[in-house]
Amino acid sequence: MDLLANVLISAMIAATPLVFAGLGELVAERSGVLNLGVEGMMIIGAIAGFAAMLATGSAILGLFAAMAGGALMAALFGVLTLTMRANQVASGLALTMFGLGLSALWGQAYSGRSAPPFPRLYIPGLTDLPFVGKLLFGQDGLVYLSLACVAGVAYVLTRTRVGLILRAVGENHDAAHAIGYPVIGVRYLAVMFGGAMAGLGGAYLSLVQTPLWVERMTAGRGWIALALVVFAAWRPLRVLLGAYLFGGITILQLHSQALGVKIDAQLLSMVPYIATIVVLVLISRDSARARLAAPACLGKSFHASS
Amino acid sequence: MKFRTFSKITAAAVAALAVAAGSALAQTKPKVSFVYVGPIGDMGWSYQHHQGLEAIKKEFGDKIETNYVENVPEGPDAERVIDQLAATGSSIIFTTSFGFMNPTIKVAARYPNVKFEHATGFKQAPNVATYNARFYEGRHVIGLIAGKMTKTNTIGYIASFPIPEVVMGINSAYLAAKSVNPNVKIKVVWVSTWFDPGKEADAAKALVDQSADVLMQHTDSPAPVKYAAEKGIYAFGQASDMTQFAPEKHLTAIIDNWNPYYISRVKALIAGTWKSGDTWDGIKDGTVVFAPWSKSIPADVVKLAETARDEIAAGKRHPFTGPINKQDGSPWLKAGETASDKDLSSMNFYVQGVEGALPK
Repeated sequence: MDLLANVLISAMIAATPLVFAGLGELVAERSGVLNLGVEGMMIIGAIAGFAAMLATGSAILGLFAAMAGGALMAALFGVLTLTMRANQVASGLALTMFGLGLSALWGQAYSGRSAPPFPRLYIPGLTDLPFVGKLLFGQDGLVYLSLACVAGVAYVLTRTRVGLILRAVGENHDAAHAIGYPVIGVRYLAVMFGGAMAGLGGAYLSLVQTPLWVERMTAGRGWIALALVVFAAWRPLRVLLGAYLFGGITILQLHSQALGVKIDAQLLSMVPYIATIVVLVLISRDSARARLAAPACLGKSFHASS
Repeated sequence: MKFRTFSKITAAAVAALAVAAGSALAQTKPKVSFVYVGPIGDMGWSYQHHQGLEAIKKEFGDKIETNYVENVPEGPDAERVIDQLAATGSSIIFTTSFGFMNPTIKVAARYPNVKFEHATGFKQAPNVATYNARFYEGRHVIGLIAGKMTKTNTIGYIASFPIPEVVMGINSAYLAAKSVNPNVKIKVVWVSTWFDPGKEADAAKALVDQSADVLMQHTDSPAPVKYAAEKGIYAFGQASDMTQFAPEKHLTAIIDNWNPYYISRVKALIAGTWKSGDTWDGIKDGTVVFAPWSKSIPADVVKLAETARDEIAAGKRHPFTGPINKQDGSPWLKAGETASDKDLSSMNFYVQGVEGALPK
C-alpha cells in the first residue's frame, strides 16, 4: 500500500515538469505559433532558477527568475518569428540549440553546487493520513501550482473573452485582424506565457526533482512536452492526463524492475512517442476531427497587409 | 566565360591552400583530440576524461595542440564528428564511450595515418588501440563496504545499459557484499541512459521506496547521490568524487583517473613509439582510485576495504574467484579459479543470487 502511494507520488513528480511545459506550449499553439524551442526554454529556466536561488537563497525568487528566463527566450523567438516572420520550425530548433549552449556556458560556475531540498506541504493530521496523506497533502507546492495552472488555462481558454480572442487568433488570424484584434500582440503574450511555463518546468527539475544543476539536465523532456500537446489534441485537461500517464509509465517501469518484474525498459521508454503517433493517426483519420483539433493557423506567419 | 574565370580562380586558390596546408602539416605540432559522450560538466564520466585532457595540456604545454567535442551521441553522429576531427589534422583521437566503437573503427580505416584510441571497447586495428580500467576491482571494494553498511540488507544499483562493463560491475559488487553479509540482496534498475539526472533521481526514489538503503550507480550524474543525502541513506559516487553533493552520506567513490594512461600515450605518440594494443589498468596502476573514506564508515570496515584494495593491487586477490555459478545455477568458475580477461570483457550474465532478469 505504501509502495503504491510512493509510486503515485513519484509519478506526479516526474510528470510535473511535463505539465508545466506542455501547458505553456499548448497556449502558444492555440494562438497559432508552433514553438519547437521548449527544450531550450526549459533548460534556461533550470539554470536561471538555480542561479537565482543560490544568489538570493530564496526558492520563490528562483522560480520567478526561471519564468523570466523562459519568457525572455520566448520573446526572442517572438522577435524572430512574429516581428521578422522567420520560419517557426527552424527558429524553434535554433532556440533549443541556443538554450542548451547558453545554459551550459552560464552554468559552468554552478555545476557541482547543490540546492537545499524544496519544502513540502505539511498539514498536521491530513498529511499523516495513511495512503492518501502524502499523496494529496504532502507534495511540494509546485505540484499544486501545476494543477491550478491546468484548471486556470482550461477555464480561461474556454470560458473567457481572453480565451476566445486567443483561439480566434489561432484559428483564423486574418478574420481576427479584420475584427480589430492585435494578432501579433496576442501571439507575443501567448508565446511568452509558454516560455514562462517551460522555464518553470525546467526549474522544477533543477530546484525540486534533483535538486542540482548539471548541463543538459532536461534530457529531452521538452520534446516529450511537445508530443504531449499533440497527444492531448490541444486540450489542457488532456495535457494533465497525458503527462501523468507518461510520468507514471516511467516510474512504473523503474519500480517494476526493482521488484524483479520483467518488462523491457526500452519498450516502455518508447510509449509516450508511440501513444502520440497513435493519437495523431486517430485524429487525422477523419478530416473533420483533425480540423477541430489543431488550430487552423498553427505555424503560419501573419502579415497585417495580406 | 564568367564561370570559367571563377573556376580558374577557385582551382588556383585550392592549389595554394593545399600547398599551404602541406607545409603547415610538415611542421605542425601533434594535435590531440577527445570525443565525449556527455557534457564535460557532468561531474562524472566525461568530466574525468576531460581531466585527462587537462593533464595532457599541463604535461606537454605548447608541444601539442588539443581540442575536444562534447555531447556526442552514440551512433551515426559520432562517425561524422570523428571523421571531421580526423580530416582536420588530429594526430590522435580518443573516443571515450563504448558506443563510439564501430564509428571509430570505420573512420580509422579511412585515415590510416591518424591514431585512434577507443575507451572500453573490444575492437582493435593497427591504428586503433583500446583501453579500459578495471572498475570491477573498485566495485569489489565498495561492494564490501555496502554489504557492511546496509541495515535493510538491500543494495540499490542504478544501471545504464546491459553491456559487459556494467554487468561485471554489478556482479563484482554483489559477490563482495555477499561475502561479508550472507543476507544481502541487490536490486538493479536499468534507466537506459548514461545521463538523465531527472530519471536517475527517479530510479533512486524507486529503489529507496523498495527498501534499499545503500545506493550504487553506473550512470554519470550526481543526482542519485544528492537524493540519498536528502533521504538520509548512503550512496557511492560514480567516476569522480561526489562528496560535495552529500557530505554526510557519500561513503566513497570509484574515481576514474585516466591521466597516467593519457600522458603515456601522448608521450609515445611524440616519440614515434605509439602502437596499437589493449590496455586494461586497475588499482595497481593508479587508474582506479578511491575518494576519501567517509567518516561514517566504521574503522573495521575501512580496514576491510583497504585490505581488499591492497591485496588486489598486489595481485593477491581477484574479485572473481571461484566457485561462482551463473544466475541460472550453471557453473562458471571452479573453486579457486579466477575469471580471464576475455570472460570479463564479454560478460553477459548475472551471477547466482542477483535478482531480476538481465535486459538483452
